[in-house]
Amino acid sequence: MEMFIMSLTIFVLAIFVGVEVINKVPPTLHTPLMSGTNAISGIVVVGAILSSGGSEHTTVLSTVLGVAAIILATINIVAGFMVTDRMLNMFKKK
Amino acid sequence: MEILINLGYLAAAVLFIFGIKGMTTPKTAVRGNQMSAIGMLVAVIAALLDHNVVRFEYIIIGILVGGAIGALIAKKVAMTDMPEMVASLNGIGGGASLLVAAANYLESQKLAEMGQFTASYDWSLAVILSILIGAVTLTGSFVAVGKLKGKIGDSNKVMLFKWIVKLCFLVLISGAAYFAIVDPLNSDMLVAGLIIICLILGVSLVMPIGGADMPVVVSLLNSYSGLAGAAAGFVLGNNGLIITGSLVGASGIILTTIMCKAMNRSLTNVLFGGSMAATAGVSKSENDAFYEGKVKFSSADELAMLLDGAQKVVFVPGYGLAVAQAQHATRELANMLEAKGCDVKYAIHPVAGRMPGHMNVLLAEAEVPYDQLVEMDTINPEFSQTDVAIVLGANDVVNPAASKDPASPIFGMPILDVHNAKTVVVVKRGLSPGFAGIPNELFIRDNSLMVSGDAKKVLQETITALKDL
Repeated sequence: MEMFIMSLTIFVLAIFVGVEVINKVPPTLHTPLMSGTNAISGIVVVGAILSSGGSEHTTVLSTVLGVAAIILATINIVAGFMVTDRMLNMFKKK
Repeated sequence: MEILINLGYLAAAVLFIFGIKGMTTPKTAVRGNQMSAIGMLVAVIAALLDHNVVRFEYIIIGILVGGAIGALIAKKVAMTDMPEMVASLNGIGGGASLLVAAANYLESQKLAEMGQFTASYDWSLAVILSILIGAVTLTGSFVAVGKLKGKIGDSNKVMLFKWIVKLCFLVLISGAAYFAIVDPLNSDMLVAGLIIICLILGVSLVMPIGGADMPVVVSLLNSYSGLAGAAAGFVLGNNGLIITGSLVGASGIILTTIMCKAMNRSLTNVLFGGSMAATAGVSKSENDAFYEGKVKFSSADELAMLLDGAQKVVFVPGYGLAVAQAQHATRELANMLEAKGCDVKYAIHPVAGRMPGHMNVLLAEAEVPYDQLVEMDTINPEFSQTDVAIVLGANDVVNPAASKDPASPIFGMPILDVHNAKTVVVVKRGLSPGFAGIPNELFIRDNSLMVSGDAKKVLQETITALKDL
């Protein structure tokens, strides 16, 4: 339970940080913000990697699910960052 | 090692925060995005160093396959398809979180057999939540993509979907209670069943929402995709995931709020009120009668003449500009006008297009300097000094009824006051109603001219005509 409260504390504080930082993003950049944060949400790849690493407590099914999760999360990360980069380069002052 | 790994996650989270901070100005945004990408790299390396990772072959295969697919779609996607792209990526992210939760559930069973794990209530809750948010994000996003593409129309079965949603929640809550209290570690079938229920829930939540409200839905699903990651973090007890997921969650919630405000609707109304066109819209004959004989039609030649004498021109882009891919033609015309010494600006309504910032990206693609893209509150007082306002495929966001007619379903929605300009030229394919399903008084005003046709074609004709003048 202590662990849970700890995590919850971090969760709530991180939301406040997020709100503070993101409120300053101008509307012009809202689309790249969405695709960029989208790429960041690919952080679940961390969980997926841990499930695909073949440690003694994985099963065949959990490994399959883990690898599928890696594929999806990597699509999210790579496509997200690349497309954001494409967009942001268009916004650079000419 | 454990300490080093956790410091790695912390470093990644800090890099993400700096990355998003970089997004606060267009100048620093590219670097910001690169910092976020480095953060991701740090997080991945930290995960690979974990003592639970003993074999790398599957991981490498997964990363290569995912990376190749991701790079391909990122290179190919057109800027006009960005809303669909972002919605799909939201869904994929949700799917990944769902799979992580499921894989982790199976691993926990194995760990419990080995006597290294006991299920607690908060763990059960986290498992259920990450399944719920992940699955809803997955299917909800793909329904949203269908709606954005126009393949899934507005539903008239709003009540039916509401019932399905209620039923799903009921089953989910009782299922979750049984799961948490009775036997969390031997409930494979129950978990599989709950996943299916949540997938259905995602479809039924988004189906009744009108196509016009997709900017809100895409933002909200963006938020969910982050929260799904945070929930997975709770399951795994990984703070890196929790921090990052909540950052994305906060971002999506802020955008959702901005979108709702720009439509003067509450989130509940958007989510459960059904499509505006279906509830408040007028019939086709009523629509025709409203415009009958009152619209002054004009031509590209006349528009060119008007523009020739104009000192100040404001372009008002809407979804029609995206559909017609008219951003480059717009920019070309604007260049010609600027060369004549005319002041050119672009008025951007927060919900113009199909996602937050949609118009800005399209115009940026056509190399319009971002300081010419003016937000609603700044540009509105300027319309009275504007000679020509050119409305390109926008409708509801320039409907004066929103500020004048309390009986209008869109009353109270902030609009661009284009009707204050000396002349308003509306470029539109026809007189069909906009997303709200109501006729637009702007089109029959004395200072309005209508040029029928595809925005790109009309603009190109205007450019030719202007050259010949």
